[in-house]
Amino acid sequence: MDPLTWTGGLGAYFVPVIQIAMIALVVGIIGSFTAVFATSTQPVFAPGGAVIEPWKPTTASTLAELILPAAITGLVLFTIEYFWGGEVTLGAWFASSGMPGWSVWLLTALSFFLVGALIAWMFQRAPASSYDTLTFWAGVVILFAVVLFIILAQFSSFGGAGIIGEIAKQFLPVWISLIVLFAVSIVYKRRLGLYGKLFDSVVGMIGFGIVVFWVFTGVYAGVFDLIITHDPLAQVSGMKNKIPGTPTPEGSEIYPIYLLGGDNLARDVFSRMVQGSWVVIQIAPLATLFAFMVGITLGLPAAYYGGRLDTFLSFLANLILAFPVILLFYLLVTPEIVETGLPSYMGAVLFLFPIIFLVILFNSRFFTQKNKQTLYVGGTLIIGFWLYFSLISQDRTPLNFMPDFIDLFDVPGGILVVFVSVVFVNSPTVFRIVRGIALDIKTRDYVAAGQTRGEGPWYIMLWEILPNARGPLIVDFCLRIGYTTILLGTLGFFGLGLPPESPDWGSTINDGRKLLSIFPHPALAPALSLMSLVLGLNLLADGLREESLRD
Amino acid sequence: MGLFILRRLGVMLLTALCLTFIVFFLTNLYPNLEKLAKTQGNQRMSDAAVVSWLTSRGYRSEVDPAFIDAAIKGDVSNEEFNAAVDGFDFRLFRNYGEWLGVIPGYVIEGNDGEVRARCANHGTPDEETATFCGIIQGNWGFSSVFKNDVGTIISTRLGLTGKLMFWVMVLMVPSALIVGVLAGMREGSRLDRSLSTFSIASTATPEYVSGVIFITLLASSAGVKWFKGTATSAADNATFENFFLPVLTISLYGMGYIARMTRASMTEVMTAQYIRTARLKGVSFRNIVVKHALRNALIAPFTVIMLQFPWLLNGVVIVETLFNYKGFGWTLVQAAGNNDIDLLLACSVVAVFVVLVTQLISDIGYVFLNPRIRIA
Repeated sequence: MDPLTWTGGLGAYFVPVIQIAMIALVVGIIGSFTAVFATSTQPVFAPGGAVIEPWKPTTASTLAELILPAAITGLVLFTIEYFWGGEVTLGAWFASSGMPGWSVWLLTALSFFLVGALIAWMFQRAPASSYDTLTFWAGVVILFAVVLFIILAQFSSFGGAGIIGEIAKQFLPVWISLIVLFAVSIVYKRRLGLYGKLFDSVVGMIGFGIVVFWVFTGVYAGVFDLIITHDPLAQVSGMKNKIPGTPTPEGSEIYPIYLLGGDNLARDVFSRMVQGSWVVIQIAPLATLFAFMVGITLGLPAAYYGGRLDTFLSFLANLILAFPVILLFYLLVTPEIVETGLPSYMGAVLFLFPIIFLVILFNSRFFTQKNKQTLYVGGTLIIGFWLYFSLISQDRTPLNFMPDFIDLFDVPGGILVVFVSVVFVNSPTVFRIVRGIALDIKTRDYVAAGQTRGEGPWYIMLWEILPNARGPLIVDFCLRIGYTTILLGTLGFFGLGLPPESPDWGSTINDGRKLLSIFPHPALAPALSLMSLVLGLNLLADGLREESLRD
Repeated sequence: MGLFILRRLGVMLLTALCLTFIVFFLTNLYPNLEKLAKTQGNQRMSDAAVVSWLTSRGYRSEVDPAFIDAAIKGDVSNEEFNAAVDGFDFRLFRNYGEWLGVIPGYVIEGNDGEVRARCANHGTPDEETATFCGIIQGNWGFSSVFKNDVGTIISTRLGLTGKLMFWVMVLMVPSALIVGVLAGMREGSRLDRSLSTFSIASTATPEYVSGVIFITLLASSAGVKWFKGTATSAADNATFENFFLPVLTISLYGMGYIARMTRASMTEVMTAQYIRTARLKGVSFRNIVVKHALRNALIAPFTVIMLQFPWLLNGVVIVETLFNYKGFGWTLVQAAGNNDIDLLLACSVVAVFVVLVTQLISDIGYVFLNPRIRIA
């Protein structure tokens, strides 16, 4: 079988369209930049009240204003063509059509002058709105071309739409889920609260789309074994460092191609990249949630009570924050430290906080309804501690006390250590944010009213202050998942925590970086994935912030 | 003001002591010491040999020689022996004091009959060996990986990282301020939105991602080969070719954050009353931005820029590892990876110092720059 090209036969129609649209997009963006500085495109308010109107095509122009820039731009273009244009220059092309010498020169000069005039006009005189139109339509054309390509690729024969087409086919379950989710959400957006409002902001929608794309990818690949084409750990002989689109050896029963090439151990880069999203989706949101529980449980009383408690907790938080993150990781996640069980003990402390948080939450809510109080608090305690002991009692660590028949799960090697260290690094920052917001809300009238009514301090903290702090906290939650993803990548990049063959993005980048200048593809695929996920989370947070401010 | 600085200095000192003690505690946990003994002595040391190696160099308390002999002969089982030696050792506090230089360095006659002293780099002491040799005396210890004085290593490496940081600042601060001011001067305009998206994208790209992308595009066979993918040679002779990519990689991640802060501060200033007054007086937009808004808008970013230093430290570690530039960050990774206790402690002292001093400067600087706080 022949190696695949990037876009295959289908690309012949799409690539030129996208290229032209791309050029238009770049011109539009550069143009809107220059239009801001070109004062001639907008009214200028001079001192004394005089208004200088922008230039219009009907206004008479002087020689210096139009012809000189055109001539200079044309000359620059000619110089560029003369030195870097290669054999086929414009002049040579005119000459080849058999025209006399003087007309060749005249035509060449005229063409360059006209193109120069066009460029000079665009960057000097064109109204800013024309660039907006250009950028908008270029964006629309690119979007439609890409979507159409993905749809047509689903119906093309194998390899008919190249590597990108085959990748688009592999992601089919994700596309379907995305379409269904977006359709349902947009139809019912008025009934969905803040989540629904997200679909009013373009930025928020783009961010949400990217994040959900990776969530679906992770779940489908990790739970249902869809999307991936090969076993992420399997090595296929002869595929070491092969470029994207290389076919696997004939006669084997596996998927006939390495879509994004092979890495330095002859494993499939595409499958590892997809499987890597599952590692992130498992750890990052949960670790952030735990960090929030720790931060909230400690931050609220620190702000509410103040005094010694606040001083002590703030000092502790600042102490952890003063460590450079990487030093902290190196001190907590090396195999020698893991052997002492230190991360397990830290986990035993940190994982207590969700239980404490929930118990206080229910206890203060149902303090006057004894039946419900017993039910909720008791239920939380039983389920919480069962999960808690299952979680901290792990095989092959110093904390392994639970008999296997009631031990619900064992987290696979290294993940727990990584989880604990990420929660530990994030908690002090969350503490500071919660404390800051709570200090502000504490002075509001409704808190004073609650106090006068005789509400308990924990009720006020968790049911008066916390709900009113939710806006900034939700935004920070999204940003923090992104930051946690970056931290996970950092751990992998230094080869800490997770086993070296793990497909997570950080470890894969670490594997690929040694041969980066010869074979960049094994490191580039996970790098771009990580970037897109974090970018999506940042855009989502931005959209949420915008929409919650509009409330 | 004086009292404020004094109090901050006191808290700083306390924080530094706590932090160094934590690092000291973690690096002196038994498995770490065992690894150190095995890399320094030989890999196939028995447990008993490890203990005797550690006790004769002052890392652990003395163990009864008879007990060790019994362990070597096999009279004591492995579990019993390990339980007896690898627990918490109160000598840790004494060692910390020795490292600080407030307790005289140890002089121990080891099981092999040789006399060793801390102040002679764990060798045989002579008449000139000092009694105290901690960081207070300016003695940072001896690196077991680089076989050199830690003070010398740290100062050379810091110099190299300083060079990197200088160029990062030269590139990052002006571009971030320009981006932020341009985005903030007309809130909600197309320019604002595109620049804000750029800043978000740059904060969403950690160094190990942007570094990989830059190397792929600008320094590999797949893209163009304008730059070098390694900066090792930049240590002696930094050129645009071998130094630009690491500088760009670090600056990009920090830039977005500073730009967003500048933008926020600029938009706030642009809605202020005195800007409206200036506009009504007929001052041109350019003059409003440059003469009226800019100076006030730059107070908040100053604090942010100072607080960026600790973040840059992270970036420096990643980038120096990625580009193999042998500066401070690279040394930190080497020290941590090989449990080089003295070197790692020195690295953390420097890191913690940077963090605390930048916090202090940003607090003081904020007070000085903001007239409302200064006069009140």
